Amino acid sequence: MNKIPALSPTVLLAVALLIYPLIFSGAFYLDVGVTFLLAAISASAWNIVGGYAGQVSVGHAMFFGLGAYAPLLCYKLYGWTPMAGIPFGIAASVALAILIGIPTFRLTGHYFSMATIAVAELIRIYFGTWDLVGAAIGLQGPATARGWWDLTFRSELPYYYIFLTVLAVLLSFTYLMERHRFGYYLRAIKVGERAARSLGVPVQQTKIRALVLSAMFTSVAGSLYSVKTGFIDPESGFGILVSVQMVIIAALGGAGRLYGPLIGALILIPLQTATNTWFGGGGTGLTFIVYGGIIVLIARYEPGGIYDLWEQISPRRWRRKHAS
Amino acid sequence: MLLLQVIVGGLLLGAIYALFSSGLTLIWGMMNFINFAHGEFVMLGMYVSLLVVMYLGGGPAAFGFGAAFALFVLGVVVYLSLIRYVLRGPMLAQILSTFGLALLLRYTAFWIFSANFVSLPQTSLSGTINVGGILMPIPQLVAGVIAILLTIGLHLMLTCTTIGSQLLAVSEDRGAAMLMGIKPDRMQALAWGLSAGAAGIAGALMAIAYPWSPSVGETFGLTAFVVVALGGFGSVPGALFAGLIVGLIQALSAFWFGPIYKDIVVYALFVALLWLRPQGLMGKA
Repeated sequence: MNKIPALSPTVLLAVALLIYPLIFSGAFYLDVGVTFLLAAISASAWNIVGGYAGQVSVGHAMFFGLGAYAPLLCYKLYGWTPMAGIPFGIAASVALAILIGIPTFRLTGHYFSMATIAVAELIRIYFGTWDLVGAAIGLQGPATARGWWDLTFRSELPYYYIFLTVLAVLLSFTYLMERHRFGYYLRAIKVGERAARSLGVPVQQTKIRALVLSAMFTSVAGSLYSVKTGFIDPESGFGILVSVQMVIIAALGGAGRLYGPLIGALILIPLQTATNTWFGGGGTGLTFIVYGGIIVLIARYEPGGIYDLWEQISPRRWRRKHAS
Repeated sequence: MLLLQVIVGGLLLGAIYALFSSGLTLIWGMMNFINFAHGEFVMLGMYVSLLVVMYLGGGPAAFGFGAAFALFVLGVVVYLSLIRYVLRGPMLAQILSTFGLALLLRYTAFWIFSANFVSLPQTSLSGTINVGGILMPIPQLVAGVIAILLTIGLHLMLTCTTIGSQLLAVSEDRGAAMLMGIKPDRMQALAWGLSAGAAGIAGALMAIAYPWSPSVGETFGLTAFVVVALGGFGSVPGALFAGLIVGLIQALSAFWFGPIYKDIVVYALFVALLWLRPQGLMGKA
């Protein structure tokens, strides 16, 4: 009884995302769709540690960037298919996550936030001077595909479905995590770390696991980005705006909610596309003024994001029906 | 001799780091709150100085007070309209509030002032003096010395005056302070004003001696984190000491490894500190 109403929005969503490219087949709409999916993947990955565990990373670009550089670096150095670099990106991200997690998770959450932003900046500046990774110019992927395995397609359609698959995997994973003991640990830590510890939750270990999982998926998102665009530089990989986008999308939709990042991306990506189209290149700066404003407003009025807001204002009957 | 020159330059810049970092550490010590927009406050102090010089005229004293006053007001307004409401909220709201504010201020500055580097027109402070073979530019020297004096002044104010005791009382025990007739909200607003004011005046001092663009706020904010972590969270003397050290480390790493590595070395120091001594050099374990 309970499962059907909980599942039906999911089915609707899945169908909508599956048929979107068939309805909006123009290059522009397809591009918006692909951007939306990538943003949703990144923000959902951030959500694991930032939302569920309540450890707010403001430097997730470091994992995104490592994931983005790895495929193109493999291609540049050895001529391998960019796909081969994805595991290397994941490995590097996991190592970095552990390096940051171990010292900062012993302290209060502020230290973790400060460390993430400092390390992301450190890596960004360093990659800008490192010749192996193309310094400030960055790296390029294969110009023309040598085969399907290069994942270099002229149309965006294959990317759309690849990204959609990854998003589906990530959301299923998160769904299972929510219902697993690990998910309960995370929520316990978020609500009250001391109480969680006194009840026997391995706090330190759980937080590090959450960060590692989040870093893995963020790294994959970065790899998808660079394989698709065939280009990466320090700013598009490690720039603070990459981190900002993950944070704002997850927080706007609802941090720590399964579909929060999806809702956030659904609102923000069209908004961003519209401002960029209307204002051209000059719109980028304006976009981030608006982003800053939105983040402040969320923090001040509704830290739970739109998801919480909806739960407050939605009709009581609907709420009771979906209470579980 | 060149090395000595580099060391002096680093210490003088470090003095300004000490001043704005003491503002950050004040807020942390009082309410366990990290201001991600602190570097942007410094950046705004620099632009306020520029605007004062351009439109009102006047020397360093005028724009120094102008920047300190403007940022004091901004700090109070930010506390009353935003921080007050998120202080007891979830971690997400605490971090996002000032992080969002930082973006808002930074990109508004980009929008208004463009990304180009600017510097103050020549003030009455210019030229260099030669102290025992070391050439010291007067603007840097004046800015550094004033920054040290102001940081010491802030410390004295916090430790030796009634207002300082009241601030301390609120940070120690909010409820008990209220019973003693201290209004915690007012004191915390004052702390934000002082913190932002210190950042603003540090910005004005920085503007005397160095060119800048809207992006410096991010660098200064991160530098302040490192200084505060090194000096121990909540300690103004610690910030003074650590500010000088960070300035020195930056100058030496720029000298030995090249200018691009100065921030890398400092951020790496931050990560190393978190591993080895999270309470800071002067903090208690």
